Order: sequence, then C-alpha cells, then structure tokens
Amino acid sequence: MLYFGRWKLLSIILVVLLGILYTVPNMVPEEERYTISDIDGSREARGIWRWLPSRTINLGLDLQGGSHIVFEVDMDEVRTAQLEGLAADSRQTLRNEQLLPRSVSVIGDEVVVLMIRPEQRDQALEQLQTLNGPVTTEFGGPSLAQMYRMAADPNDPGAIRITVTDEQFAAIKNRTLSQAITVIRRRIDGLGTTDPTIARSGEDRVLVQVPGAEDPQEIIDLVGTQAALSFHMVDSTIDPGPNGQARTPPGRTIYPVANTQPVQYLAVETRQLLTGENLTNSNVTTHPSYSGPVVGFRFDTQGALVFGDVTANNRGRQFAIVLDGEIISAPRINEPILGGSGVIGGGYTYETASQLVILLNAGALPATLTPVVQYTVTPSLGHDQIESGKLAIIIGFALVIVFMLAAYGVFGAFSVAALLVNVVLILGGLSGLGMTLTLPGIAGIILTIGMAVDANVLIFERIREESLNGRTPANAIQAGYERALAAILDANVTTFIAAAVLYLLGAGPVRGFAVTLGIGIITSVFTAFVFSRLLAVLWLRGFKPKQLPI
Amino acid sequence: MKLALINLLPTTAKVPFIRVRFMALGLSALVLLFSLFEFANVGINFGIDFRGGIQAEVETSNNTTTEDLRTLATSLDLGDPRVQGAGNSDPERQTFLVSLPLQPGEGMEGEQANQTARQALQEALASVEGLELRGTTVIGGAVSRELIFTGFTAIGVALFLMLIYIWFRFEWQYSVGAIVALIHDVIATVGMFSVTQMTFDLATVAAILTIVGYSMNDTVVVYDRIRENLRKYKKMPLADVLNLSINDTLSRTILTSATTLVALISLYLIGGASLQGFAFAMIWGVLIGTYSSIFVAAPLLLFTNVQREGTQSGA
Repeated sequence: MLYFGRWKLLSIILVVLLGILYTVPNMVPEEERYTISDIDGSREARGIWRWLPSRTINLGLDLQGGSHIVFEVDMDEVRTAQLEGLAADSRQTLRNEQLLPRSVSVIGDEVVVLMIRPEQRDQALEQLQTLNGPVTTEFGGPSLAQMYRMAADPNDPGAIRITVTDEQFAAIKNRTLSQAITVIRRRIDGLGTTDPTIARSGEDRVLVQVPGAEDPQEIIDLVGTQAALSFHMVDSTIDPGPNGQARTPPGRTIYPVANTQPVQYLAVETRQLLTGENLTNSNVTTHPSYSGPVVGFRFDTQGALVFGDVTANNRGRQFAIVLDGEIISAPRINEPILGGSGVIGGGYTYETASQLVILLNAGALPATLTPVVQYTVTPSLGHDQIESGKLAIIIGFALVIVFMLAAYGVFGAFSVAALLVNVVLILGGLSGLGMTLTLPGIAGIILTIGMAVDANVLIFERIREESLNGRTPANAIQAGYERALAAILDANVTTFIAAAVLYLLGAGPVRGFAVTLGIGIITSVFTAFVFSRLLAVLWLRGFKPKQLPI
Repeated sequence: MKLALINLLPTTAKVPFIRVRFMALGLSALVLLFSLFEFANVGINFGIDFRGGIQAEVETSNNTTTEDLRTLATSLDLGDPRVQGAGNSDPERQTFLVSLPLQPGEGMEGEQANQTARQALQEALASVEGLELRGTTVIGGAVSRELIFTGFTAIGVALFLMLIYIWFRFEWQYSVGAIVALIHDVIATVGMFSVTQMTFDLATVAAILTIVGYSMNDTVVVYDRIRENLRKYKKMPLADVLNLSINDTLSRTILTSATTLVALISLYLIGGASLQGFAFAMIWGVLIGTYSSIFVAAPLLLFTNVQREGTQSGA
C-alpha cells in the first residue's frame, strides 16, 4: 500500500496530466484556440492547440440557450395511408383478373374485400396473394418477409380480410422515421444555424435541438409543415359552393385557396399531374407578372416533359399548385411551358418565400409531425444559469476545503489536493468524452465535491484509529488505506448504481446529472484512494514524522 | 495544531444510540404515517414534467405581482393558470413561472392545442411592460404520463438493484435492514414534498435516486463496521456491538454529511431557481439518510437476529 513502483507513479502522473490538458481549453477563449473561417464558419485549431486537445465541454441547451423540441410522427396516419394504398392495389389486382369486388374498404386495421360472387373468393384470394410478392420459397416454405396477412372470413362467404403484419408495419414505421429525419435535417440546415441536433427518439419521435433559437415557433413551423406539393388541373365546370361543401363527382376534390378573404374554393382533378418529388431546385426570385418576390422552381427531366405536354394540351385552362391541402397558386396556361421551370407567386414576403423555398428543396415529410415536448431557454437565461452554477461550485468547494483543513490538518490538505484533481478530472473527462454539461450536471459536480471527501474521511478516520491503537505512522497509514478500501468500494458502488439507473431511464437534462455524478464517482475513488495515498506516502518519506498529526 | 472541530468529534464516542432504539423507531413510524397521511390528503405538487401543460419563465424588473400575471393568464381563457414566484439572485428583479394546464383534445389535436396555447401565452406576456420572457416549456399529455412512469420505475429499479447488491455483500438480515431504511427515506422525502408543497419534478426524482444512493452508502459503512466488530468481539452482546460500530463511524458520518450539506446549501442559495427544488430535496435527503442509517438500519439488525460468522449454518 505504501510502495509505488515507477510505472504506477508514471501512470498516476499521466492521468492527472491528461485531466489538466483536457480541462485547460475550457479556460481559453475560442479565438485563441481556433482560426475561424469567415466564409463557412468552420474552425481549425491554431498554434499549440494543433498538438493539444482543443475541445471544450458541450453546453446543454439549458446553459447556452436554444430550443429543444420533440416531434411525434402520426403513425395512425401512416397506417391509414398504408391500408388505403393496399385497398387501391387490391382493387386494381382484382380488376386486372376480371374478378369484380362489390367493395374494397378500410375498416379499422383491416382492408375488407367483398366479392360480388362468393364462389370467386378463393380465386380472388389467390390473386391477392401476389401483393405479398413471392409468398412461397422454392421449397414451399413461407417467405421470410410476409407483408400482409390475408384470410377468407369464415362468417361471411364473400369477404376477404387483409391486415398488415406487425413486422411489416414496424419496417414502415422505421422507414417513415428515417425519411422524416432526413427531410428535417435538410430543412434545419437550410436555416443556417450552428450545430443543430436531429435524432431519433424512441419508436415514433424525432428530437430536434437548435442552439440559440429563442422562438420555438419558427422551428415548429419549419418542421411541423408536411410540405406535400402537387400539381392538378382545375375543373371550372364544378361550382365548389360558398363553403367548399359542394358534393363532388368521383375524381374531383375541392381545396381552399390560400390567402383569400373570405376563403375561396376551387375544384380540381384529384389525379396528381406532378408532385414535389419532380422538383429539382427552387429559389427566391422575381417575375414581371408579380410585384413581390416569387418562388422559382425547376422540374427534373421527366417532370419537364409531363409539364410541357400538359401545358401544350390545356391552353387557356387553369392548373392548381396544392401545398398541404391548400391551393397556393392557380395560374392560367397562356402558352406551353417547355423549359421545365415556373414560378409560384402572389402575396409572398421575402421571409415567407424563403421558407417555402427551404420546404420545397428539402422535400415533403412522409407524415404529419406534431410537437409533443418543447423546451426553450433564452441565451440570457442560459448565461445566468451557468454563471450561478459556477459560483455555487466555487463557494461549495471553498467551504468543503475549510472543513477538511479544520478537521484533518496536513491530511486535510492532501484531500483538498485530491479534490482539486477530482474536479479537474471531471471537467477533463466531460471535455474529452464529448459529454454535454447541463444545469443538473452542474448540480452533480457540486454534489460530487461534497461527497467525494467521504472516501478520504473514511481513510483518515481509519488512520487516526490505528494511530491511537499505538501503530507507527507508516503502519497506521498502511492499515488505514487497506481497511478503508472495502467500505469505500461498497459505498461508491451503491451511488454508482443510482447514477446508472438514472442515466438509463432518465430523460433530458436529468441525464446530464447522471453523467457528472457517474464520472465524479469514478474520479473520486481514484483521487482518494490512489492520488491522496501517493501524497501521504511522499509526505511520509519526506518528513519521517514520529507521530501523525491527525 | 488542533482545531476546535476535532474536539467536537471525539474519536471514541460512546453515545447510547441503541438504547433509544424504540424511541427512534417510534419517531420514524410517526414520521412515515404522517408522510403517508399528508400524501393521501394533500398530495404532491407535481411540476410541469409530470403534470403536462404549458409553462413560461419570465423575469420582471418592476412591481408586477403574481396577481397581475394570474389575471393576465386567466383572461386567455385557456384553463386555470398557476403563477409561482421563484428566487432571483438579483434583488431588483423577480422571476415567475406562469403555467397553463394541458389543453383539451384527443391525441395530436391536444398536442397542437398546447402549442397554440403556448403561443397565446407568449404573446400575452410580451405585452406586459418590463417583462422579459426567459423560456417556455410544453409537455404533452402522453409524454408527461411516460415521464411519471419512468420516474417511478427508476426509483423502483434502483431500490431493487440496491437490494441485490447488499444481498451479495452481506447476509439477508442486513439487506432487510438496509431496504427498510431506504424505503423510510423515500417515504419521508415524499412526505416532505407533500407538507411543503414544493414542486416535485424530474429533478426531484433524480434527487430521490441520489438520496437512495447516499443513504445506502451511509448504511453500508456502518454495516461494514458491524460485521468487522462482530468478528473482533466474539463475546460482546449484539446490541453493544451495534452501538460500538455506530460510534466508531460516527465522526466519519458527521463529517461526510457536513461537507455534503455545505456543498448543497451553496447550491440551494446560489445555484439559481431551477436547481432549488433539487437542492432542497437533497438537503432533506442527506439529513434523513444519515438519521436512518444510525437509527433505523442498525437497530433493525437486532430484530432480524443477525448471525455471527462461524455460528451460522451454511453460506
């Protein structure tokens, strides 16, 4: 216990040095450490920071200000869309085979196919199985990827019930979420903010964190808009009625026109000529026909061909551009548009036009996203919180130092040194591991400072006891460290369990508390048991005391 | 140089802790009954995390009162608002938390309504002179239910893991005592939150988990010593061994609690409004955890009839 080999000594020094190296960048302003590019804001380490760790602790949103929003994907909507698609496919499949269904409808979680002639049911079932892809393998076993489960209804001779398998739905959910994340990332990147976080959260949620954002509404508007764009021909023969409530024949839909007071309606052909998928690029521009800014767009090759055909064949008619169930533009076709580009104009400001451009360029979301958690802290509050946190750490630390010096004198000084190294290791650990420091995280550091001396106290009490039992100083120190070890480990394992549970189950900023507490426990065992022991041993060698001042 | 503190903490204390065990256990029973009674009758003032709804944190530099803000929030007609003052380190300024309940509506409709309500609240607050909006929080209904569930699961899981750990390290007689002491601490903390009506939120759950860890830590140190002394003094009656062990570890218990409390008090006074609830829970928890290790966990060993090594069968 009292002997430190050369390598052991070196590794202790190395750990402490690393802690210091990783902590120091936090005390040096960013401009000193990095050359920041004026063009794209990218940073490059400069001077000695090229050779040293230059990363600082990530501050959580509660300390730097910003918005944290969790969006939920409406999976019911996704399921309904899936079932409706399945119903349409079933209808088509049966028609192709001249097997006429009385109806194909979505009822609850199922598609129900009713045959006009019940005796055709088996044949229909067989045809519908093709929707599943190859259902049997060469050897007649079931295919691995069953998408739909279909069965004849035993109680109704003409009915077939089709459901989406759980595996298939899980895959759809997964795909929807990934698509949503990609689209959101493109949209947020369009805002040009620094270091946004966009991440999956659970089965059907997406977490969006934007540092520095003061008004969450901006992000909610940007992310919560589906931006499903489609082009339709207007059917001017149908009167949509004053409230758009007129009955429409099949294949026609009535949409409200955006920015009209009172709201006007137009009937359009439900069939989509083109969708947002066919756009390659949009931008804010001007157009002689409009006074304000307009949104210019360009079709891909196929889109340009279709658009050219449609405009050539429908001169004098109106077409409608529909965005999320609203007609945002309904220009009249004066001449064929063959170049594959066009503009959406009317009533935009520069901001609203830019927003639409971001949405169109990022593409449509696969489903509706609704914010279910929103947490915003202004940068000024973040600043205040970090300042008061710092002050609380310093004062708490100072008081603990006074206590330890008063209680244990020289040995108290060892534990203070150990505590100092402990804080350095926690800060260094947070920087080095790229962990995020939150406000509760600061609480964890303060708590660690208060509790970390426990290990030292256990050891010193033991040393004092052994010393009173008549042992020599060296013996007493040896026995003190040896005997206290079990209690120290036991005690810290229990707190570590609490921190681990909190980390695994906790949500949001509270996790930051678990992180600092967990790191703090590990570093405090190291500093109390290894580092302060080294100090005690060096002191013992240097002063050769006859009696312990404890 | 010896300072006064040392003399306050004699190394060979002989406080008759075990003799007062019936009184202590009776007191604990009373505290627990009272806690449960308060919990059942008054209930806990859940924070926005668990209640769900909309909350705005604002800072004012003039004499805006809670009443003013309540009148303003009530005028929005978005349910019964709550307005709560919170500490501010700048005496010239005041911090308030204004909250609205979850908005009605099924599923996503309700979530949208919450955002609309948040916008309305934000706009209304912006119209107040000298008021600075410092942050908003919206927690949807489904999420708040999840948070309650995970919060209480976390406490349960932590208690269970502690039980397993202590069972591995000591005999079952010890685990019973330790777990009873932990449950004692958790109930007493919940009781404290019922009595004071301090806001109980996710940070409080974090505090309770830490209290569980801390109290366990204290208990383990005492138990470790009991086990050692049982080996050392084979003839000494169990009650005396328990008392001796508590006294042996007394100065350590007091010192560690003191440094932890000092750090927490600094957090409570300086750490800002958001951490006050956490610091309060922790301060109470350290006090109750220290008490329970000495007056609950150790005396319980007398009742579970802890075995001495060598005399027990098997294991």
